[in-house]
Order: sequence, then structure tokens, then C-alpha cells
Amino acid sequence: MSVIPRLVEVRRNALKQNDALARALRDRFREAGVCVVSMVSSPGAGKTALLEKTLTAMRRQWRVAALVGDLATENDAARLARTEAPVRQIITGTVCHLDAAMIERALDDWKLDELDLLFVENVGNLVCPASYDLGEELRLVLLSVTEGEDKPLKYPTIFNTADVAVITKIDLAGAVEFDLTAMRENIQRARPGMRIIEVSAKTGEGMESWLELLTSRLNPRVHQPPRQDD
Amino acid sequence: MHELSIALSIIEGATEEAQRHGRVKVNAVHLKLGTLSGVAKDALLFSYELACEGTALEGSRLVIEEIPVTAFCQRCEVERALASIQRMSCPVCGAPTPRVTRGREIELVALEVAA
Repeated sequence: MSVIPRLVEVRRNALKQNDALARALRDRFREAGVCVVSMVSSPGAGKTALLEKTLTAMRRQWRVAALVGDLATENDAARLARTEAPVRQIITGTVCHLDAAMIERALDDWKLDELDLLFVENVGNLVCPASYDLGEELRLVLLSVTEGEDKPLKYPTIFNTADVAVITKIDLAGAVEFDLTAMRENIQRARPGMRIIEVSAKTGEGMESWLELLTSRLNPRVHQPPRQDD
Repeated sequence: MHELSIALSIIEGATEEAQRHGRVKVNAVHLKLGTLSGVAKDALLFSYELACEGTALEGSRLVIEEIPVTAFCQRCEVERALASIQRMSCPVCGAPTPRVTRGREIELVALEVAA
């Protein structure tokens, strides 16, 4: 007896589970009234340094917390814990990105309604995190002045999934002959209309507008639609 | 490289769908893959074969249809295929095109089954 092959139409997103979980998280965050901001960048762009300064600056007025993802070590969580904000490390093992399930597990016993702002620092990687929705309200892509002005063109996908670009280590711009105009142009090519902020966690330059961007989303609390355009 | 994670999700989804259709044997999985999905085709094909080992989908093929990026041009008021993801602007009038309409897909479209 011969078996006749046939085609069965399916039509489902391959990351259906992650997307469903991310949607549930987004609803949960909205209900609890917590703004969730995720951060992606290459390793060493200065996510943790900026976060350290930000948590310290905001703690006086806001209830802030952070989840930090890394392949290994609890170093970042230990460093951020010095700010006395609640911090939890997510160790991914060999996995190169965070996914919605990891966020859900890490938030297990956290009281979200007691937070105003939760940061999620992704694993240092400009490729893999692009495919995974974490339920965040705002996705930031960070890049430092030492990385080269063409980075947005080398990693256009991650720029296209992010809402704001943060150029870090701006205090080193002169030393490395950083071309801010070229960087801005390249960001706009990869993601037209993207807001760009320049900061230095070290000198505090630009911190005011950076903090303003964050607090503008907290007070008054205005809900923003999910970042997908389609 | 997250293509292995993506491959595992594809296998999970395809297995679920195959079971829904009466535990049929899957010969091939058809996938739409957008150029703005962040997933590399070759790495995914390689990962898929590896990830299928020991599962109900072992020996099945992954058939990938690549979907170019299209965006809506507000100036021309029409959907345009973009020449490159390095330049998100209308290839005709040059206006920026932030509204992506296609090209992010990682979508299971069909299963080739026997039975």
C-alpha cells in the first residue's frame, strides 16, 4: 500500500510560545503598573555601568529594580546590589539571549505592584536577542563610542526591534575620534525616527536627559502600545 | 547563534501540529523566514537537522522560503520592497520607511505529511 504525501497548512509563528508568554508578561506588567525597560548591546558597551548609576540616581524617588542576564557569573548582580535596589541575576548557561520564560521564572516571587520601573539587562549580544519579545514596554539598544560608527549597519535587525538608541561612553568620543554625525545617520538608516541619547555613566554627561526619558514614562503613567509595527 | 533555539521551537510547533492532524509522519516542514527576523538561513538548516535527531521529526526536511522586507512608504502611500535592511527607506522616493509590513516572519506555513 502506497502512502500519499499531502500538504497540511499550519500557519503559526515558530516562536508562538515565547510570544504568548511575552504578551502575558506585558499584561501582568501593565496591571501591576510597572514599566519594564530592556537593554541590549554588545558585550562591554557599558550596560551595567549605566544601570548602576541609573539605579542609584532613581532610587531616591522611584521603586526601581533590575534583572541581569549573563552566560555565567553573578558579578553584575553583585555589582548592582551595591545600589541597594532589588536585583536578580539570570544565568543562561550556554544560551546567548534571554527569552520570556526566563523572565517569568526570575520574577517568580517578586511583588511587581511594589515597583515603578524594572530594567532587564539582556546578555551582551547584538544578534540573538532580536528574535525574542520579553514583554518589555521599551527596548533600548546601547552602543559605545569605541565600537565604530557603522555598527547599526552591521546589526540592523536589533536596531529595528529597539525603540531608543543610547550612545554610551560619550566622554571618550574625542580620544577615539568618534564621529557622532555618522553614527546618528547610520542609526536613522537602520531605524528611521529612532530617538538617540548620548551619555557617560562615568562623568554624568547626558544623564539628565536619559533619566528624563525614563521618568517621563513613569509620571504620568502613559501606556505605550507594543513595539511591533505590524 | 540562537538558531538552535529557533530550530527546537520549530520542531515543537511542527510536532504539535502533526499530532493535531492525527499523529501523521512529517516529511517536510515549510517555513517563511523574513530577512529582518534575525535568523540566518544556513545556520537554521544546520541546526534543524541536528535538533531533529531522536525526535518524531528525524529525517524530515526544512524548506525555507525567504521573505524580503517590505515597508509602507507614507509619501508614495504604497507598500515597497526594500533593497536592503541597512537602509530603511523607500527605493523610489527615498523617504524613510519606519513601518515594516513584512520581513520579520519566522512562520510555520505547512507540513508535508504521509498518511
